[in-house]
Amino acid sequence: MHELALTCSIVETAEEAASGSRVLRVTLVVGRLSGVMTEAIRFCFDEVARGTLLDGAALDIVEPEGRARCEECGAEFATPDLLTFCACGSYRLTRLAGEEMTIRSIEIEEAS
Amino acid sequence: MCATCGCGGEAAIVLDHPHDHDRDHGHDHHHPPPHEHPHAHDHGHDHEHRPGGVVELEARILAKNDALAQKNRGWFAGREILALNLVGAPGAGKTALIERTIAELGGEPPLYIIEGDQATALDSERVRKAGAASVQVNTGTGCHLDAAMVAHGLAHLRPGPGALVLIENVGNLVCPALFDLGEAAKVVLFSITEGEEKPVKYPHMFGAADLVILNKTDLAPYLDFAIDKAVANVRAVNPAAQILKLSARTGEGMAAWRDWLRQRLREAREAVFEPGAT
Repeated sequence: MHELALTCSIVETAEEAASGSRVLRVTLVVGRLSGVMTEAIRFCFDEVARGTLLDGAALDIVEPEGRARCEECGAEFATPDLLTFCACGSYRLTRLAGEEMTIRSIEIEEAS
Repeated sequence: MCATCGCGGEAAIVLDHPHDHDRDHGHDHHHPPPHEHPHAHDHGHDHEHRPGGVVELEARILAKNDALAQKNRGWFAGREILALNLVGAPGAGKTALIERTIAELGGEPPLYIIEGDQATALDSERVRKAGAASVQVNTGTGCHLDAAMVAHGLAHLRPGPGALVLIENVGNLVCPALFDLGEAAKVVLFSITEGEEKPVKYPHMFGAADLVILNKTDLAPYLDFAIDKAVANVRAVNPAAQILKLSARTGEGMAAWRDWLRQRLREAREAVFEPGAT
């Protein structure tokens, strides 16, 4: 359950970036090959956010599919999992997408 | 610190270490890698008008851990210390390998062990008996070590210049893959009692390895474990990883592990001077 630690990190980072404003929405990018269960983050989020500037905030998670480029033949292809290898037989890949783990943006409330 | 799980703070850490050090550090805790728990709660409440809207962050989720890990890494590099993150399933033989390594290196270089477990100081006591300075970090419900825990362990251990620091992570092939501790290399240990498919079942962990050690080779005559197949499975998820086969119990194959350590120790002496080194 490393997702609980990740969710703590998300809430802490977003709270600092909000500089005292209430956070209405958090948008994450969590690739499908990142090793993170987005369902577990959703499960933890409300509880971790409670009592912080993120209390009640919506959580959007964008989940990019895996893509890789073969280092042998240069082909680019979809990698639904980490075991997918190139049609040419090579396992030497550069991963282009799917391993993202970022907080893309936060939406904050207007303060007056 | 996160109040819910204690991550990033000291609440989840219970340290056990001998209090009969030569140097009495008096528990004033001047942590060597400054042990920060940044909080930006000085928002002043001055109620100035601030427009709302979307703030683009593009911040890595693990940015805080990664920053602390880089601080550890710099601390190691400046002291020409080789730090390794030893990961593997419970029972793979991580502690046994450490014990054997302590015995075979015979104090050169000095060895320091950070032991991570959910509970008990049993492993810390084991490696201390084997002859190394050690500190136990108990993660409580936590399933992995993070960079702050390692910094805290270092504050107690204070390894000297040129040392070898072995960080034995919590026995787990999932969570520790994501958390950089500031190590020079990740060493993934698995044993031939575990099955050949382990690398492809846990591709994140094996994919992150710099070195994969296949342990308990002395049991090969009694098992149907196909070593070639296990090696092929490591290659499938990590074509670049080095692979060593050994038995921490009998000592067979340990020479290659010692050679690997010596090579990495030599590299650690130069790490801080490398262009672009972090």
